[in-house]
Amino acid sequence: MPIIEVRNVVKRFGSIVAVAGIDLDVEEGECFGLLGPNGAGKTSLVRMIIATSPISQGSIRVDGKDVDKEPRRIKANIGVVPQEENLDIDLTVLQNLTTFARYFDIPKAEARERALANLQLFELSDRQQSKIDELSGGMKRRLLIARSLINQPKLLILDEPTVGLDPQTKHLVWQKLRSLKEQGVTLLLCTQNMEEAWHLCDRVAIMNEGKIIVLGGPQELLAIYGGRQILEASPGYEDKDYVLQKLREAGFEWQEVEETLYVFQGDDQVLDDSLRQKLGVRNERSPTLEDVFLRLTGRSLTE
Amino acid sequence: MFSKLWRSEMPGLFAEPLLILVAMGVGLGAYVTMEEGEKYVEFIAPGVVAAYAMFSASFECTYGSFVRMKFQKTYDAIITTPLNIEDVVAGEIFWGATRSFITACAVLAIAAAFGLVNSWWALLIPPLAVLAGLMFSSIAMLFTSLAPAIYTFNYYFTLIITPMFFFSGVFFPLSAFPTLVQHLSWIAPLTPVVNLMRSLISGQPGEGAWWGLAIVIGITVVFFALSLFTMRRRILK
Ligand SMILES: Nc1ncnc2c1ncn2[C@@H]1O[C@H](COP(=O)(O)OP(=O)(O)OP(=O)(O)O)[C@@H](O)[C@H]1O
Ligand SMILES: [Mg+2]
Repeated sequence: MPIIEVRNVVKRFGSIVAVAGIDLDVEEGECFGLLGPNGAGKTSLVRMIIATSPISQGSIRVDGKDVDKEPRRIKANIGVVPQEENLDIDLTVLQNLTTFARYFDIPKAEARERALANLQLFELSDRQQSKIDELSGGMKRRLLIARSLINQPKLLILDEPTVGLDPQTKHLVWQKLRSLKEQGVTLLLCTQNMEEAWHLCDRVAIMNEGKIIVLGGPQELLAIYGGRQILEASPGYEDKDYVLQKLREAGFEWQEVEETLYVFQGDDQVLDDSLRQKLGVRNERSPTLEDVFLRLTGRSLTE
Repeated sequence: MFSKLWRSEMPGLFAEPLLILVAMGVGLGAYVTMEEGEKYVEFIAPGVVAAYAMFSASFECTYGSFVRMKFQKTYDAIITTPLNIEDVVAGEIFWGATRSFITACAVLAIAAAFGLVNSWWALLIPPLAVLAGLMFSSIAMLFTSLAPAIYTFNYYFTLIITPMFFFSGVFFPLSAFPTLVQHLSWIAPLTPVVNLMRSLISGQPGEGAWWGLAIVIGITVVFFALSLFTMRRRILK
């Protein structure tokens, strides 16, 4: 049985449709990635899954329980790392965890033990008596993850957990998430970071405008949508219309982000030399998940 | 469950009631003539207890709660745990009532030090302060759940709380006011609390006490329920 079952779910905010009919199964023990540009509806979907936002239409079951009917029992077994930092600035680092533990009815001694262990895990032990205001942005993010594990959740939901982390810390977090997965924790990860998705996720869904536009393993998606190679080009202003016309005729797909034209070159596609000249190819490289994303959503992640 | 939400802050409201009792009670009191040899400070002491119970709860559940809700996102954090928004609201209201209790005890102690407490009935003052705290917290919480921005609480205090402070019989008997003000004053939630406090301190709770109690409980129940409803609507979007 899937641990998360989303059935035909719609979320409306007044006239805005944030989630426009989604069906999704997340299997127990997998790491599932939700990718999508800003405003795609990732957070809206996740908030319905964790029962903190009413579902406009459709139904969601988590661990076999309906989120509308048994929110308390569901929430007891999940951990949530929110997109917006919401630590309690009146409390110290350690108290943030122990206070949270009490909401889960975890006995005091046990709570303290778990809190200390989690701080150690995320290399925050020496900051346990610090006030939240004294932490750096990256430390706060790590603390949020440490806090989300206080109830030893079966399902961990992370909404852009590594935003603003330096590369080293990012890898620390990825390594911890991987080891949680090895312990059998299911991960649902919203991210804009394709590298993160590539390294951690067994399956990803790319969302755009409230819908899932494609779903599959990262390798699989790359094979299907990445093509053989990517040409990064910047055609001259006067040649552009001509170049695009030619590309269209030759059956190429491309996306334009700011000044750069990304041309997807498939296995059997060749570019003739004169066109190549006019294109002003700056770089040729292997496709990444980022290119898949770009091709499918028409949006770059770095915008 | 609610105790989990309590913080370990000490209210900073002790100094003010002491100041009021000394300045108004003793200072102004020298110019006020009361019937039957009663001192003015004796008259206002119970009102001051009631008013400061009101202030503590109101501050806590307006500015305090709004900051936690809107800026610190504490509510958003807590509702991802098994607690739901109703638990959070109830916790805030009980915490507001706790602040009233602490403040009332402090003011009562000051009043006792002045020798103004002369009845065993006064032992019922702290529980009454809790009840009043629940009422004022609930009213404040409803306002908080509807407040668009933090500055709107200025209106809450200048238009609702401060007028109650002056026109609910804390400093002058209601009979001193024109009839219109008297009528308005009867619908002010502070009035029954002041009357109850006064009867407990002087040791003569009369027939009217039950009415007063009923009004306080009635207002509490209505506003408590309303604030649960409106806060759910605000937070769970
Ligand atoms: N509380 C809200 N009230 C009104 N509209 C909202 C609210 N929350 C989200 N929306 C709208 O819903 C849509 C989806 O937003 P959502 O936050 O789910 O996107 P997202 O995929 O998480 O984006 P991001 O990558 O920027 O976090 C957006 O158009 C947003 O404006
Ligand atoms: Mg989001």
